Amino acid sequence: MDLFLLQLLTGLAGASTLFLVAAGLTVIFGVTRVVNFAHGSLFMLGAYIAWSILSRLPRSPEYFVLGLLAAALATAAIGAVMELALLRRIYRAPEMLQLLATFGVVLVVQDAALWLWGPVDLAVSRPPWLRGAITVAGLRFPFYDAVLIAVGPLVLGLLLLLFHRTRWGLLVRAATADRDMVAALGVDQRWLFTSVFALGAGLAGLGGALSMPQGSANLHMDLAVIVDAFVVVVVGGMGSLSGAFLAALLIGVLQAFGIVLLPKITLVLVFLVMAAVLVLRPHGLLGKPQAESRAEAETLAPIRPAPAILRRLGLAALLLAIAAPFLAGPYLLTVLTEAAIAVLFAASLHVMMGPGGMASFGHAAWFGIGAYAAAFTAQGLGTSMAVGLLLAPLCAGAVALAVGGLVVRMSGVYLAMLTLAFAQIAWAIAFQWVELTGGDNGVLGVWPDPWAANPRTLYWLALALCLGATLLLRRLLYAPFGYALRATRDSPLRAAAIGLPLPRLRLAAFAIAGAAAGLAGAVFAYAKGSVFPTYMAIPHSVDALVTVLLGGVQTIAGPIVGAVAYTVLQSWLLTSEFWRIKLGLLILLLVLAFPAGIAGATHAAWLRWRGRSA
Amino acid sequence: MPIARRTLLAAAATLAAPGTIRAQSTSAPIRIGEINSYTAIPAFTVPYRMGWQLAVEQVNAAGGVLGRKLEVISHDDAGKPPDAVRLAGALLDESKVDLLAGGFLSNVGLALSDYARQRRRLFVASEPLSDALVWEQGHRYCYRLRPSTYMQVAMLVEDAVKLGAKRWVTVSPNYEYGQSLVKWFKALMLQRQPGVEFAAEQWPALGRIDAGATAAALAQAQPDAIFNGTFGPDLTNFVRQGNTRGLFEKRGVVSVLTGEPEYLEPLGDETPQGWIVTGWPVESVTDPTSRAFIDAYKAKFNAMPKMGSVVGHATITAIAAGIAKTGSLDTEAMADGFKGAGFPTPFGPAIWRPQDNQSTLGTYVGRTAVRGGKGVMIDWRYVDGAAAMPSDAEVKRMRPA
Repeated sequence: MDLFLLQLLTGLAGASTLFLVAAGLTVIFGVTRVVNFAHGSLFMLGAYIAWSILSRLPRSPEYFVLGLLAAALATAAIGAVMELALLRRIYRAPEMLQLLATFGVVLVVQDAALWLWGPVDLAVSRPPWLRGAITVAGLRFPFYDAVLIAVGPLVLGLLLLLFHRTRWGLLVRAATADRDMVAALGVDQRWLFTSVFALGAGLAGLGGALSMPQGSANLHMDLAVIVDAFVVVVVGGMGSLSGAFLAALLIGVLQAFGIVLLPKITLVLVFLVMAAVLVLRPHGLLGKPQAESRAEAETLAPIRPAPAILRRLGLAALLLAIAAPFLAGPYLLTVLTEAAIAVLFAASLHVMMGPGGMASFGHAAWFGIGAYAAAFTAQGLGTSMAVGLLLAPLCAGAVALAVGGLVVRMSGVYLAMLTLAFAQIAWAIAFQWVELTGGDNGVLGVWPDPWAANPRTLYWLALALCLGATLLLRRLLYAPFGYALRATRDSPLRAAAIGLPLPRLRLAAFAIAGAAAGLAGAVFAYAKGSVFPTYMAIPHSVDALVTVLLGGVQTIAGPIVGAVAYTVLQSWLLTSEFWRIKLGLLILLLVLAFPAGIAGATHAAWLRWRGRSA
Repeated sequence: MPIARRTLLAAAATLAAPGTIRAQSTSAPIRIGEINSYTAIPAFTVPYRMGWQLAVEQVNAAGGVLGRKLEVISHDDAGKPPDAVRLAGALLDESKVDLLAGGFLSNVGLALSDYARQRRRLFVASEPLSDALVWEQGHRYCYRLRPSTYMQVAMLVEDAVKLGAKRWVTVSPNYEYGQSLVKWFKALMLQRQPGVEFAAEQWPALGRIDAGATAAALAQAQPDAIFNGTFGPDLTNFVRQGNTRGLFEKRGVVSVLTGEPEYLEPLGDETPQGWIVTGWPVESVTDPTSRAFIDAYKAKFNAMPKMGSVVGHATITAIAAGIAKTGSLDTEAMADGFKGAGFPTPFGPAIWRPQDNQSTLGTYVGRTAVRGGKGVMIDWRYVDGAAAMPSDAEVKRMRPA
């Protein structure tokens, strides 16, 4: 019983920490509808700034609190700058583009923090009063954890007061409910959004600063924190503060008891909770269906077959790609093989995201399942590469069908988060189940059959499979299936009214996308000779998103252009110093200057040019 | 497979040809292609880079190797194995390096090693700790410098047995590295101290430990002693919770890597007393070899070296010695010639073992303590890597090639 109480308190302290991490994210999302991927970076900055301040201040409680508040304020200021310089310009853009922009910020902050604070983990030496413990039922419980248990509800209470008892809060709630109406009533939204963003950033900074007595400021916090924050926010219902608090309680307490009973479940538990909650309550514990923002309901022109000149260009590019092995050196050939695979990977995501309107945040899962399927057929069954290449898309497609059955009825950010949850579960299995998958050491020696071992043959094989599948996907979009799929995206109501089977169409698109990504994964496995859990990790899913958005999500050629550009860009940047800051700035530039992607911008320029010459 | 081998041999021969021609002109530098996780794991790799930079400078100042200067072309793999493999291709094909080196993460190390086997080029793994690198997945083209997971545990077991503790619990990050640590620790303890029991285990996710709950769960098992495999940020969180909750009081703790300066530094004045750890007592070593290295490093970078600096430095001297002994840069000759080559390291002399291409570079074993508000190692001794290996017959059984 005593142990039960102690573990319960520990769980409550964990819940408070989780809530502080998530509160800022949910506040920002509720009003601006921006999924702020840089939230973890703001948390990390808060921790580092707190270190810089606290290690210079006297070690008494009042200075400690002062230091925390100063760190939170500094982070709020950084958030305000970020909103003014970046997000203000892209509120009208599709939500995934905003996510991409904040991902650019993540990359910039990573290098900036390394440069400013150096590579070593930084910890503030705890003064004695922070090291103390209180006695609970004869057992020691850290004093600071007890403080945290109180801080979570305190922050929740203050925020609720702020939102419900001030004019500013009233306006913010109004903007959350219907931002166009608020604008129509003459409220300056820009100021409102900047202040909300600063508040959210300040909360992130406070969370980071409050984590200092428990550990250290380090360069891995940002990504570790952002995943937790997403989970809490989504489970609670996006934009709901009380929901986030409930979700944090649920996860914190389950975690504290879960690891006693099943020590190996740590990583999977939170995602299982998230998946279970979302399947039962699609909008989270206290979430409401997202109000349709009128401004966002843009109608997209139906796609047309490519004009003759584009076809000729495409054909020329294809011929050039086929002839590449005679022109390129071995290294360039490797890059081109990867580009071909990236094209299929991006095209498969594009089917879901573009015409299907289903954004995925865990597309790497299918890629990874395909890669592991190929690796297991090569190693376990010892069969030829052809079998592996056939089984991989089948496996990935079958799993996608099963998962899709649970998730396709959701849309927008919730769908994206559920795919993320599934990808994280798949990744955790690959990473932690060492007996089966070899863990992070991966499966080695997945080299191709002798006939394809030559780099040129392998390149042609990759080109044939990946471009072939990409062209098939493209053909699919021009078929009745593609038009029906777009109808479900543009107007679900009308599509249903004319008798289109919505869930089945979306499920089919989901499974096809999964199978295609699985094929890309299998080809990648044979090209690299090994398979690792990183293939399913979040950064790889982000890569796919970046590729599609870089090319342009609403153009058919977008994923192809984006994949080639991104692969070449990355392989070139990776060999230079400070590549993260460069890549991050480049992403920001692209988002600000070409929100429709490379292909979209080219298309628009082409239309303008033709308009003038006609 | 025979066709593939022949095709690849032909390809390798074509690729190696320009290298052979260059090898005859004595003015051109010897090129080492180095790949490491500079952005993903900066805490280790930044001091590591400073270490090899110092070594390159020293080797070249002393006249280089085979009368030629050393040149290192270094790339960042971002912690991703496929990127590492692609960069290895770029280094071999574009930069025409004579051999590959580097790696921090085990998966990157294994991917590079597998690629080196496929391409039949030499790869000197500096840091990756996975046992598979020289045993299950070992091959003639891959050499590894640092003491492996097995060796780290074997060095600690002696002192762990002396604790006389009967009831143990383990806490280790839940991935291959952490799992092999616990596997070896259990196996070696059961051999040396029959009747020892393992009451509970905790497997926090790497980088995301829930330290309070973990510490409480371990305390519940009421152990006599604790075996810890966590490191970095996880370790800091775990130590703070454990200290406050009294988890470590009157209990022996055996902990891997904790004595390394990069992991001790963040613990500061909260470094627990009396843990049995592997590491490097950089502030209290007095032998001339160590002092010379530390002084040279401080003079060049105005910073204290870390464990990474030692590994970076020794990587270069180990490669230089291997090439000098071989007398050529031909890969097949080096794959044989490195075997048995002796080289100096900041920890003293070491050799490349002929049995499994593992170096005998060891590490320090000691106890943690706090001196002047900082974590240090006391009562330490240097354990040579050769003393922490299983029998040759056992190695032969585990190593296929």
